[in-house]
Amino acid sequence: MIEIENITKRYGAATVVNNVSLVVEPRTVTVIVGTSGSGKTTLMRMINRLVEPTSGIIKLDGEDNRTLPGYELRRRIGYAIQGHGLFPHRTVAQNIAVVPELLSWDKARIDGRVSELLSLFQLDPETFGPRYPHELSGGQQQRIGVARALAAEPNVLLMDEPFGALDPVIRSKAQEDLLAIQKRFGTTIILVTHDMEEAIHLGHKIAVMDGGNLLQYATPAEILANPATDFVATLVGTGDRPFRFLSLSPAGDAVEPGNAEGEAIPASATQRDALAELLWSGRPALPVVNDAGKAIGRVTVEGLVKRASRPAA
Amino acid sequence: MVVRLDKLGVVTALITGYAVAGAPFATFRANRIVAGEPQTLLAALPSWAGPTLLTIVALAVIIGLFRTPSTLRLAASFAALAALFLLIGTAAEHLTPPGNTYARVSPASGFWLLLFAFALLAADSLTRLRPTPLIRILVLILAGAFIGSVLVSGSWDKLSILKEYSARADNFWAEASKHVTLALGSLAAAVIIGIPLGILCHRVQKLRAAVLNVLNIVQTIPSIALFGIMIAPLGWIAANVPGAAEIGIKGIGMAPAFVALFLYSLLPVVANTVVGLAGVPAQANDAARGVGMTERQRLFRVEFPLAFPVILTGVRIVLVQNIGLATIAALIGGGGFGVFVFQGIGQTAMDLVLLGAVPTVLLAFAAAIILDAAVELSSPAHSRTSA
Repeated sequence: MIEIENITKRYGAATVVNNVSLVVEPRTVTVIVGTSGSGKTTLMRMINRLVEPTSGIIKLDGEDNRTLPGYELRRRIGYAIQGHGLFPHRTVAQNIAVVPELLSWDKARIDGRVSELLSLFQLDPETFGPRYPHELSGGQQQRIGVARALAAEPNVLLMDEPFGALDPVIRSKAQEDLLAIQKRFGTTIILVTHDMEEAIHLGHKIAVMDGGNLLQYATPAEILANPATDFVATLVGTGDRPFRFLSLSPAGDAVEPGNAEGEAIPASATQRDALAELLWSGRPALPVVNDAGKAIGRVTVEGLVKRASRPAA
Repeated sequence: MVVRLDKLGVVTALITGYAVAGAPFATFRANRIVAGEPQTLLAALPSWAGPTLLTIVALAVIIGLFRTPSTLRLAASFAALAALFLLIGTAAEHLTPPGNTYARVSPASGFWLLLFAFALLAADSLTRLRPTPLIRILVLILAGAFIGSVLVSGSWDKLSILKEYSARADNFWAEASKHVTLALGSLAAAVIIGIPLGILCHRVQKLRAAVLNVLNIVQTIPSIALFGIMIAPLGWIAANVPGAAEIGIKGIGMAPAFVALFLYSLLPVVANTVVGLAGVPAQANDAARGVGMTERQRLFRVEFPLAFPVILTGVRIVLVQNIGLATIAALIGGGGFGVFVFQGIGQTAMDLVLLGAVPTVLLAFAAAIILDAAVELSSPAHSRTSA
């Protein structure tokens, strides 16, 4: 659990983060979203003390984050940044091994962990371990950046616009990978982005920041349904709101009894995907199949449209 | 069919044409200081050698003139250079009357122009082949071995520059070692002081401008003036600090020369350290702090390795500069190859000047090649890219 209590950061006369308090539940993904200059990155960097707050306290699992020297604290917290930040003079394996080496793990344990992480990110350790970062594609570099952040098995992972430099196709793959890894390790992730779409897709909770203030801290559904201020509403984008809302739940939740013709959609696909498919193919209903490929019912245009409307407050 | 000419080949051909037809190949003098008689290429060489050299040179010029493969051009220019080196010794042998030990034969403008033309062609074709750093060092070693074996074989013994050498062989090596000590020693001192100073300048913004300005000003002081400035303080130290005189510190001699070279070396080392550190990607620095490196770990594991190629470039500048500048040390009794240069000027004996100048140039040239290779090998972009 991360408890941020009345955190303020000032640079001279400028207040970059203004009296922000929020609690991040363990094993969840929290996305801090805002425009540039909103203070979102500064807020995140105060968690691992790359920035020291002017006032306020941040507690990690109940313990003040100032009890350890900054560098020791940072070795326990994963850190991944935009454009990966890999060390260009170190190989991929050496990059991933940085934190375990700082923690003086023995060599066999480090080698084992590096191979494990490379395999986890679908990169062959034999092939990619000895390469240098500039020999990798952007998507591969980004994966190595996350692998490095996870190397010492941290409970908390901080990510600053980790997917900002990726093209849309690779980005959505990287987002899926991140969600899978979060589930697998139960890591608490705090991710900073300016992209509301990404925030809704990844976050269990979203913190919206503007001008150093925390405007709203709530679940994606709540933010879509009841934006706290006009600014939050603008960020959500009124035109896309129903579709974003549908993207939060799987098609399986919208299943109605009955049959339908044509190609089926898996129950794990989002309701947004299901609606898009219905509209595009001009059909009134789609069959839905479960993971085993067995038909469990259908989704209809009518049913999905009802679900896309604003929930009652 | 359109025949396309190579631009550098045309230049080589023009220089060669003038060198063969209009300039003397060697100079013959009855003794070491009288005015010489210029000898054309055909007159300077025995009847078999002149036409041989002309043929080789003509072939190399033709190969250079047209757009031929780089390996062929390289082979041709090396062949021409080798022929020049071997036959200048033959010319000396040929022109010196038997038994005459006073007569002097030295290479004349034609020889130097031919040497220049084919060295240019060789360097150009070598560059076009994009040799790896290790190959470049290998070529340097081979060239050194070739010149060394020509020297050892004795075929240049009748050349005036080697006659000057044999008259002062012991001296030559003593001065050579002084020269190298001055150049390398002052470089080492500049590296030991300059790199930490550069790191400090990088960390402390206010210090940067001040230090770099002072070093810039030092750089503009002419070397002779700098020697003059140092006579008083070093003399005072020698007289008043116990033990200073015993370790060789005095107003003139090696100490002020060493200090002057050291001061000149500081600017490139400090400036390149600052530039190198400033060039470290901000993201790499942020990541280094973010993963929990201490300031010291960040410096030694991230900043310094990434800045190293730029710092090494500064060291290269300093080393080449110092090898040249160390000749000036002779003016204040500091020794080095400059001793022969200034003696030679004093005696109007150009051969003696060459005995000091040629090794200096070769040393600087070799240092440049070796350090360029080291810079390239140390760059991260180079690391195993082609592997």
